[in-house]
Amino acid sequence: MKLIGLGDDKLAMTVLFVLAAVTFIIPICNLMLPADSALHFSAYTVSLLGKYLTFALLGLSLDLVWGYCGILALGHGAFFALGGYAMGMYLMRQIGTRGVYGDPLLPDFMVFLNWKELPWYWLGFDQFWFAMLMVVLVPGVLAFVFGWLAFRSRVTGVYLSIITQALTYALLLAFFRNEMGFGGNNGLTDFKELLGFNIQSEAVRAILLMLSGMALISAYLICRWIVSTKLGRVITAIRDQESRVRFLGYRVEMFKLWIFVFAAMLAGIAGALYVPQVGIINPSEFSPLNSLEIVIWVAMGGRGTLYGAIIGAVLVNYSKTVLTGLMPEIWLFSLGAVFVGVTILLPDGIVGLLKRRLQELQS
Amino acid sequence: MNAYAENVFGEYDTRVRGIMISASELDVRHGPILYLEDVSVSFDGFKALNDLSLYIDAGELRCLIGPNGAGKTTLMDVITGKTRPDTGSVFFGQTIDLLKMDEPSIAQAGICRKFQKPSVFDALTVFENLELALKTDRRTWSTLFHRLNGEQRDRIEQIIETIGLGTCHQLRAGALSHGQKQWLEIGMLLMQEPKVMLVDEPIAGMTHQEIERTAELLLSLQGHHSIVVVEHDMEFVRSIASKVTVLHEGSVLTEGTMDEVQNDPRVIQVYLGG
Repeated sequence: MKLIGLGDDKLAMTVLFVLAAVTFIIPICNLMLPADSALHFSAYTVSLLGKYLTFALLGLSLDLVWGYCGILALGHGAFFALGGYAMGMYLMRQIGTRGVYGDPLLPDFMVFLNWKELPWYWLGFDQFWFAMLMVVLVPGVLAFVFGWLAFRSRVTGVYLSIITQALTYALLLAFFRNEMGFGGNNGLTDFKELLGFNIQSEAVRAILLMLSGMALISAYLICRWIVSTKLGRVITAIRDQESRVRFLGYRVEMFKLWIFVFAAMLAGIAGALYVPQVGIINPSEFSPLNSLEIVIWVAMGGRGTLYGAIIGAVLVNYSKTVLTGLMPEIWLFSLGAVFVGVTILLPDGIVGLLKRRLQELQS
Repeated sequence: MNAYAENVFGEYDTRVRGIMISASELDVRHGPILYLEDVSVSFDGFKALNDLSLYIDAGELRCLIGPNGAGKTTLMDVITGKTRPDTGSVFFGQTIDLLKMDEPSIAQAGICRKFQKPSVFDALTVFENLELALKTDRRTWSTLFHRLNGEQRDRIEQIIETIGLGTCHQLRAGALSHGQKQWLEIGMLLMQEPKVMLVDEPIAGMTHQEIERTAELLLSLQGHHSIVVVEHDMEFVRSIASKVTVLHEGSVLTEGTMDEVQNDPRVIQVYLGG
């Protein structure tokens, strides 16, 4: 705690405290108490909270590259989706003979396409450890190759944002194709089991919520540690004066690459936790719009603070749940209005507002 | 993909290491530490540097003067790798070809620069700015796990005292005055323990007292480092320089002591437009 200066940061401590409460109290209540108890949360609430936590993890990872290193990545959702697909492939292979066609090896959509054997890139995904490795490795390698090419050519600013957007759009189109072997338009769904446990059961849902919360808390602490190291100060310096950092002898592209790959891996983990809780992964997760929404979460919460991204992700998604339930047609308009409002009135986001209030109270 | 990436990394590492080795083999036996020969740079037809040749001796303090547009800043850009010349050669010592290196490798080899516009990191504190400049391993993983040892901490403290910012340790650099930012950047230059210091307009925005201290500091560094100062203020140049180079329209007009160049009719003509 002392190492990363958490004790002095009241807002960060509050966010962590609330997170810890959601992570442990709700799942424990649901596991220990009978279903008719007042403190027993519905399966719907538990999945919803779990989903918010994975989004918060995704927002956190974007804040690291955007808020601290100044890379406005508009394709961050792609890494989330790839992590999700890796998890989805594992879950598909767990279905076994319980699919509609009952094929022991091939998932339903492959039988439907008349495929005779499993494509090579599906091999190994029946092993949990292999799938988990792919959850971080596939987004990491993509981020590495993309970042290596982009950062070494010194593509920055708007141009970089546009090509990240193009990256996720290209993946969207690719994953839509049936021949890619990822279920095309429908994606991967109809999951049955996770490590042998029924994925629909309340206990598994409660545990998934707990795991999402634990992943978020650990990721937050690790990110907080990273930005408190010298590397953290180098990336902040890169955000503010990239060329000056080069003249100090730092290879700017390597630092950008490091932080970009790390953030992509975090996004992959978020995606892997998301998929079993919502029960489906399809190409729409690659949609450029999704990636833009992540930017809005972070901007709303307050960029460059880490916990701001968590607050922003949860609040925006909560209002999305409420609004799309009440008046689905106005959701995008209200999101746009909120974004414009925040940019004009709260340039430091909600966290900036809270900090100012806190200072006023103290003085 | 992985194999490709490793391969790229491998080559990259040897390249960096190759530079580090050659940097330690800096050869100044013949006197000069910087050799610029027949360097030309043009931007859209405008010749910023025109067949310029310049030699800087090891340990020397050299002042560059010249009217606006004479090519002083472009010259620094060429030496530090920011601008590639169209023709000519730039050597560091006898053996190190600067034209084959990029900005970070040149900086790591020991050529460091203070910019005309003070370029410090506003979001970081004075201490952190100096910490980033501290001469250490610049690779990502070692930067992540880097901890200041007592000796390095003392060195930063010592430089903070030298640049007169002893009361501003934990102040964000953005909150400093213009003159203080200039000093901080000079401090960052010292932290890098450079062999060659390129100092672009160090006294802009400074008070008289600060200017005097800057002159003292630069004179005290002479001999340990080779220093090239670009400055408009003739009084200041006179107070520090033993040798002055006058640039005009991208080439060297004349070289000599301050008195010699001030009495040179060509220099008078260039400055007064006679």
